[in-house]
Amino acid sequence: MLRLLSGRSGRLSLAELTGELGLPKGTVYGIVRTLISVGFVEQDPESGKYRTGAALLHLGSSYLDGNELRARALNWSDWLAARTNESVRLGTLHDGQVLVVHHVFRPDNSPQVLEVGALLPVHATAMGKVLLAHHPYLADELGNNDALPRFTTSTITDPGLLTLELERVREQGWASEVQELIDGEASCAAPIRDRRGIIVGAIAISGPIDRLCEGSEPHSKLIAAVREGARTISRDLGAVPW
Amino acid sequence: METCEERTALSDRYVAAIDQGTASSRCLVFDQQGRIVSLSQKEHEQIFPRPGWVEHDPQEILRNVVQVVRGALDSGGLDFRDLVAIGIANQRETTVVWDRRTGQPVHNAIVWQDTRTDGLVRRLGAEHGQDRFRDRCGLPLATYFSGPKVSWLLDSAPGLRRRAEDGELLFGTMDSWLVWNLTGRHVTDVTNASRTMLMNLETLDWDDTLLAAIGVPRVMLPTIQPSSRIYGEAVGSLGGVPIAAALGDQQAALFGQTCFSAGEAKCTYGTGSFLLLNTGNRPVRSGHGLLTTVGCKIGDEPATYALEGSIAVTGSLVQWFRDKVGLIGSAPEVETLARTVEDNGGIYFVPAFSGLFAPHWRGDARGVIAGLTGYVTKGHLARAVLEATAWQTREVVDAMNADSGIELTSLKADGGMTANNLLMQFLADVLAVPVVRPIVAETVSLGAAYAAGLAVGFWPDTETLRANWHKAAEWLPQMDGSARDKGYRKWKKAVQRTLDWVDDDDD
Ligand SMILES: Nc1ncnc2c1ncn2[C@@H]1O[C@H](COP(=O)(O)OP(=O)(O)OP(=O)(O)O)[C@@H](O)[C@H]1O
Ligand SMILES: [Mg+2]
Repeated sequence: MLRLLSGRSGRLSLAELTGELGLPKGTVYGIVRTLISVGFVEQDPESGKYRTGAALLHLGSSYLDGNELRARALNWSDWLAARTNESVRLGTLHDGQVLVVHHVFRPDNSPQVLEVGALLPVHATAMGKVLLAHHPYLADELGNNDALPRFTTSTITDPGLLTLELERVREQGWASEVQELIDGEASCAAPIRDRRGIIVGAIAISGPIDRLCEGSEPHSKLIAAVREGARTISRDLGAVPW
Repeated sequence: METCEERTALSDRYVAAIDQGTASSRCLVFDQQGRIVSLSQKEHEQIFPRPGWVEHDPQEILRNVVQVVRGALDSGGLDFRDLVAIGIANQRETTVVWDRRTGQPVHNAIVWQDTRTDGLVRRLGAEHGQDRFRDRCGLPLATYFSGPKVSWLLDSAPGLRRRAEDGELLFGTMDSWLVWNLTGRHVTDVTNASRTMLMNLETLDWDDTLLAAIGVPRVMLPTIQPSSRIYGEAVGSLGGVPIAAALGDQQAALFGQTCFSAGEAKCTYGTGSFLLLNTGNRPVRSGHGLLTTVGCKIGDEPATYALEGSIAVTGSLVQWFRDKVGLIGSAPEVETLARTVEDNGGIYFVPAFSGLFAPHWRGDARGVIAGLTGYVTKGHLARAVLEATAWQTREVVDAMNADSGIELTSLKADGGMTANNLLMQFLADVLAVPVVRPIVAETVSLGAAYAAGLAVGFWPDTETLRANWHKAAEWLPQMDGSARDKGYRKWKKAVQRTLDWVDDDDD
C-alpha cells in the first residue's frame, strides 16, 4: 500500500486502493486507519484521498542524498557566499546531529579548511534549529533530556526554552544562533524543501558577530539573502515557490 | 533574482552568457561583480546512429538556446534592455554544414566525440604519420577535430561536395551556427577555428595546404574573428542585444578562471575534462601528446595561446554508469555508492569509449575494466568510475609538466563534477597538489560573459576581473606516496590493455 501511495500517481482514493490491491474494502480501510494513526499515511482534507505521510519520510536519516543535495545546490550556495561575503554550509540530519554536506569558503581568499562531513550539534546551530523545528520526533526526544550539552554561556540547554525557540523558527521561517556554539560567532539558516514541501536540508551562513549581527540578531539583509538562497534551491528541487 | 540595488547606469545592468554544451545549453546572467543572477538550462537529444557515432540536431540546439536566454531573463525578472551584451561559449569541434539560402542543415551536427572519420584520419596520416599537420595547426591527426568531419560530410551524399564548391553550403562549429542564425553573419572566433585542423596557428588564418590535404573548400568557411569583439546585434528573437564574444567552452573556462597570464592553468570537469595552460603570446609545440591551441584574442590585442590536455570521457562515464548500467539514479549518487567501500577493490576502469585522447591519441583503443575478480562489488565499480577521471588528469598533468618545464603546484578545477567531494579529494591525492575550486563553478559561462563584457566596456580590463576570483573550496593531498605510485602503475597497465582493440574490418 505504501508503495502504491508513494508511486507516480501520489494520491489515491479508498476505491482505487481497494482496486489496486485486490483486497476487501474493509481490510484496506483497517490498514489505512492504522497507517494514519502512526503518521505514515495522511488523508487530503479536500479530496479525501490518501497519500504518504510525513512520518514515513522522517524514517530515514535524510530524504535526499546529501551528495545529490550538494550537486543541486552548488550554484546557489556559491551565489549566497558571494552575495553575503560569508561562508556557507548545507546540512542534513544524521543520527540526531547536523551533517555538513557542503561548505563554501568565505570569499576573501583567507586560509580555510573544508568542513564537509563534520557533525554539528542540533540545538546550538542555526541549521540544527531549522531541521529540528520541522522534525517533531527528534525535538520530542531532545525534550526528554534534563539539559542539553552546553558550549558557551548562550547555548540553549533548557529543553523547554528550546521548544519555544523552535516554535519561533517555525513561525518566522528561518533560524539564527548568536554565540551559542562558539563565542564571538553567529549563524543564520533557512530550510530547503523538495517538490513535496518536505524539508530536505538547511542552508546557513556563519561568521563573526560583528559582521553578521546588528544588536542581538543577524542583519535583516543577510537573513533575506539566506532565505532567498534557500528558496531558489528549493525551486530548483521542484518546490512550489512560497 | 535580486534587482533592487541602487539603479545606476552600468552597474545595474548585466551580461548574459550562452553555454552551448555537449549535453545541454544554458544561459547564465552575471552582474558586474561576476556573480550569478539567474540561470536556465535545457538538455538536447544525443543521437547515436551507430556505435562510435554521435550527432546533434542543430535546429533543436538553436531553439533551446533562444529558450534558455528567455528563461534566464524571466527567472531573473529581467528583459533584453537589462543586458549590455551576450557572450557565447560552445562545445568545440562539433561540425555543422548548412544551406546558405534556406538555412537548413544538410546533415545532423557531427559531435566531437564521434569516431566515424577514423578511416579518413588514418589515410591522411598513412605516409606522414599522425603529426603530419602538427607544425601548422598544433594538432595531431585524430577523429576529434572538425576538418575531417566536414570532408566526411561532403562525401556522405552525392552532390554535396559540388554544392559546397559552388558556394551554396556553409560550414561552422556551434559558435558560427548560432551567430549566423542570431545576427546573419558567417563568422567564427579564433579559438574555435584553432580546433578545426584547418587554421594556421601563426597566421591565424585558414591554411590552403591544410584545406587541400583534408578536402575542405575555402568558400564554405566563416571569417575568423577575435574572441572578444561585437559580432553584430541579435536580430528578432533576442531583442537587438549585441553578441560581443564567442569562445570554445574550454577557452572560455580558462578565461573565466582569470588565467590571463602565461603559466596559469585550469581543468574543467564536465562531459569530458580539459586541462589548459596559458602559454602567453607564443604557441608552444608539445612533445608529450598535448594540443597547441589558441587561448583567446581580445579585440586587436595579440592572441594568447594554450597547451591543452583533452580527456574525452569523464562526466560522461558517470552518465553512462547511470543510464546504461543503471546502478545509480543520478550522477551525484555515484559518490554515495562509492563511499559504501573503502577502495577500488583492485579494479581500474579506462573509459576509452572514443579511443584515447591526450596524451595517447589512440583511435584504436576501446574501454576496459582491468583487475576484475569475484570480490568486486558495485561499490568498487563506482569508485573505479570516479578514479578514472583523476588518473586521466594525472596523465595530462605529467605531460603538461614535461612540456612546459614547470611543475604544477596547485590545480584550479571547475565544472559540474567539482560537486563530487570524493573525486576532488582523490584528485588532490593522485596529483599530490592542492585542488581548488573558485566561487563560480560555471566558469565556461563566466568566461564568455567576461569576454563579452570587455568588448562593450562593461568591465574596463582584465585586472578588474581578477578581483572577482575567490577560492570556494580546497582539497589537500592525503594519500601516501607509495599508494599513489602503486595506483598509477596499475592505471598505466590498464591503459596498455585498451590499445590495438579496433581492427580494420570493424565498422
Ligand atoms: N556529483 C557528481 N559526481 C560525479 N559526476 C557528476 C556529478 N555531478 C555532475 N556530474 C557529471 O558532470 C557532468 C555535468 O557537468 P557540467 O554541467 O559541468 O558538464 P556540461 O557542461 O553539461 O558538459 P558539456 O558542456 O560538455 O555539455 C555530467 O557528465 C555528470 O555526469
Ligand atoms: Mg559545459
